[in-house]
Amino acid sequence: MDALAWLIPAALALGGVGLLAFMWSLRSGQYDDLDGAAQRILTDDDDRPA
Amino acid sequence: MVALEAETGCPTYGGGEEGVAFDPAPFVRRDAAGRMHLELVVRGAHCGACLSRIERGVRALPGILDARMNLSTRKFAAVWEGALAPIRITEAIAGLGYGVAPFDAAAIASDAHSENRLLMWCLGVTAFASMNVMLLSVSIWAGLGVDMDVGTRTLFYWLSALIAIPATLYGGIPFFRSALAALRQGRANMDVPISLAVLGALALSIYEASIAGEHAYFEAPVMLLFLLLIGRWLDHNLRDRARAAARNLLAIQSLPAVRLTASGAAEAVAARDIVPGDRLLVMPGDRVVADSEVIDGDSDVDCALVTGESAPVAAAPGSRLHAGVINLSRRLVVRAVARSEDSLVAQLTRLVEAGEQTRSRYVRLADKAARVYVPVVHTLAAMVFAGWLLIEGSVHTAAVNAIAVLIITCPCALGLAVPAVQVVATGRLFRNGTLVKSGDALERIAEVTHVVFDKTGTLTLGRPVLAASSVDPEMLEQAARLARISRHPLSRALAHAAGPGLVAMDARETPGEGIEAQLDGVRMRLGRASFVGAFATVPPYGKEGEALSLFFAREGGAATRFTFDDVMRADVRAVVHALEARGLRVELLSGDREAPARAVGEAAGIASWKAGLLPHEKTAHLAALKAAGARTLMIGDGLNDAPALAQAHASMAPGSAVDATQSASDLVFQGDTLWPVVEAIDVARQSRKLVVENFGFSALYNAVAIPFAALGFVTPLIAAIAMSASSLVVTLNALRLNGGRKAA
Repeated sequence: MDALAWLIPAALALGGVGLLAFMWSLRSGQYDDLDGAAQRILTDDDDRPA
Repeated sequence: MVALEAETGCPTYGGGEEGVAFDPAPFVRRDAAGRMHLELVVRGAHCGACLSRIERGVRALPGILDARMNLSTRKFAAVWEGALAPIRITEAIAGLGYGVAPFDAAAIASDAHSENRLLMWCLGVTAFASMNVMLLSVSIWAGLGVDMDVGTRTLFYWLSALIAIPATLYGGIPFFRSALAALRQGRANMDVPISLAVLGALALSIYEASIAGEHAYFEAPVMLLFLLLIGRWLDHNLRDRARAAARNLLAIQSLPAVRLTASGAAEAVAARDIVPGDRLLVMPGDRVVADSEVIDGDSDVDCALVTGESAPVAAAPGSRLHAGVINLSRRLVVRAVARSEDSLVAQLTRLVEAGEQTRSRYVRLADKAARVYVPVVHTLAAMVFAGWLLIEGSVHTAAVNAIAVLIITCPCALGLAVPAVQVVATGRLFRNGTLVKSGDALERIAEVTHVVFDKTGTLTLGRPVLAASSVDPEMLEQAARLARISRHPLSRALAHAAGPGLVAMDARETPGEGIEAQLDGVRMRLGRASFVGAFATVPPYGKEGEALSLFFAREGGAATRFTFDDVMRADVRAVVHALEARGLRVELLSGDREAPARAVGEAAGIASWKAGLLPHEKTAHLAALKAAGARTLMIGDGLNDAPALAQAHASMAPGSAVDATQSASDLVFQGDTLWPVVEAIDVARQSRKLVVENFGFSALYNAVAIPFAALGFVTPLIAAIAMSASSLVVTLNALRLNGGRKAA
């Protein structure tokens, strides 16, 4: 039972990291142009999201 | 995507659109830091090569800080510093062969975008919550009756509550909002039982946890919301595409114009700032932005946007021009006679909006089902509650079982299965080059009884094609050398018929007249009869004979006449036959004269046709059909068809149609064949069948599960399994639509 004391927070923390990563990607506009993103990987330009 | 690119000719020569630059100065915004911002709609960009070519082209300009093209929305945004003239940007893009239009950010509310973002946030939060709550719930189920004591179970419940309460309250916002809005109007929609089930399950679970009971359903509300949010998000994305098309329409209306001041200087103004009496300069390639009268110059104009007819029309001082007309050959000075928003285009737009409003009253299948479903489910839950209260006398048991009924009956099939079927159906049509703009369009197309075609541009290709019988190969090759320098529609058709070849380098075009060049030391002319007749012999053909013809001659020689036809799409007859085989009545409504309409009607095998109709007469005819109980699918391409398209039960437009028409129609198909019409009807009927099957399945599932829930046999574990199993089945059933093959 002692294991639960750190296993549960660890599981929640890992899930939380995933959630934060998703929210960061959403906020930084990575879902705004799905068609364009699929094409941009094919060009060699040094290209950053605006 | 591949099919679409092939049709538009991308990436070989941009979008194949007229690359005409305009001065976007009225649309430039200046921010606090002194930087300039400009947003544009770029047409004709379809692939990664277009994207990087456009961005690189603009970044090469001095002072550009950022240039970014969004391929999904076709929007282009530039930021720059310094004295760069904004027209340099549009010139750079137009010079690459793409169409540019201003994007008036002020005119467009971005609520669709923020709604999409809210759904994504909710989706992320509920996905996180359902995974973590499930982790705890599975442990509880595994430990039930084995070695988990009540204390640990209650601890797990409270941990679940910690995640589930905020996640449910946040993730449920889209549903709570819509349910409240519906209740305020005194009706119930699908979101009412969803909200009740979710909140009921959450409240019951908190109570159970607080008394260390065993009926806590913390995973149920978050999982339900997660599954339903997927459906909601799919549905929302479908609608977004329709909005993107509507934005293009707004872009036409915000086209700038060149106004001549009293001193004769030219200034760029936004169309909305034009007042009657303004003198406007219309260069070749420009669009007239307000209804106006020509005061100086003569030229040919393209009225296709207004009349749907592709042959150029002459304009001279005194001619009235409608907004949306494109000047083809020579500079015109016109005087505006109406404000831009009072112009014909704007009036047609309002007709379209009126049609769309009547259409928005269409009740979708899912909502129809919800109207039956909601009262039944709520009565059932209330009866279960009352029944248990009478039998056991315990409010707790009664509440547990009533909420179990609500959770089990929560309309996953309605919320997830309908959008899933529609997304698969639209995906299948999209791969074949047909864009579906709204989910309910498919439902409406499945119901049609009549198919009504426009003639020019719909049954025909809508562009002149050289009539093969009149061609002398040697003459054609020489004439094509002259024609290749011109943008005139007939010259293009001639050049297209001749294929690639030499260009007469010294050729000069006299707008509205023709082209002159020297080939092998001999002067040659290609153009209208009077132009060629000035130095060669042209036999008299009369006005009728000279329409849709080009004349070509060597100096002093006899002229050759090239005639052009608007040819029919190759598979019209097969399509009409296939539609009739599906039990549909086919009609032809044309704005053209009677003789060509009859000829096309006969060639296509359409017995029922009407000619010489004005836009409002087409609309009236559709209204009459509707009054007689018919449900019409209207297919047309001209702006004159737009009100009829909006009035019809469902509508389709070819990709060659003008923006306003595309935005008024439900489906847009690419390519030179009409077969997509048949395919759309087949897919729509098939998807309706699947939706009904899914409803049938969920009715069956409810009929089996409700007695168990009502009698108190449903535990949280069973509820979780039943819910995911039913969602899985309806989604898999939706995917069956992908397996269907195109019938020959």
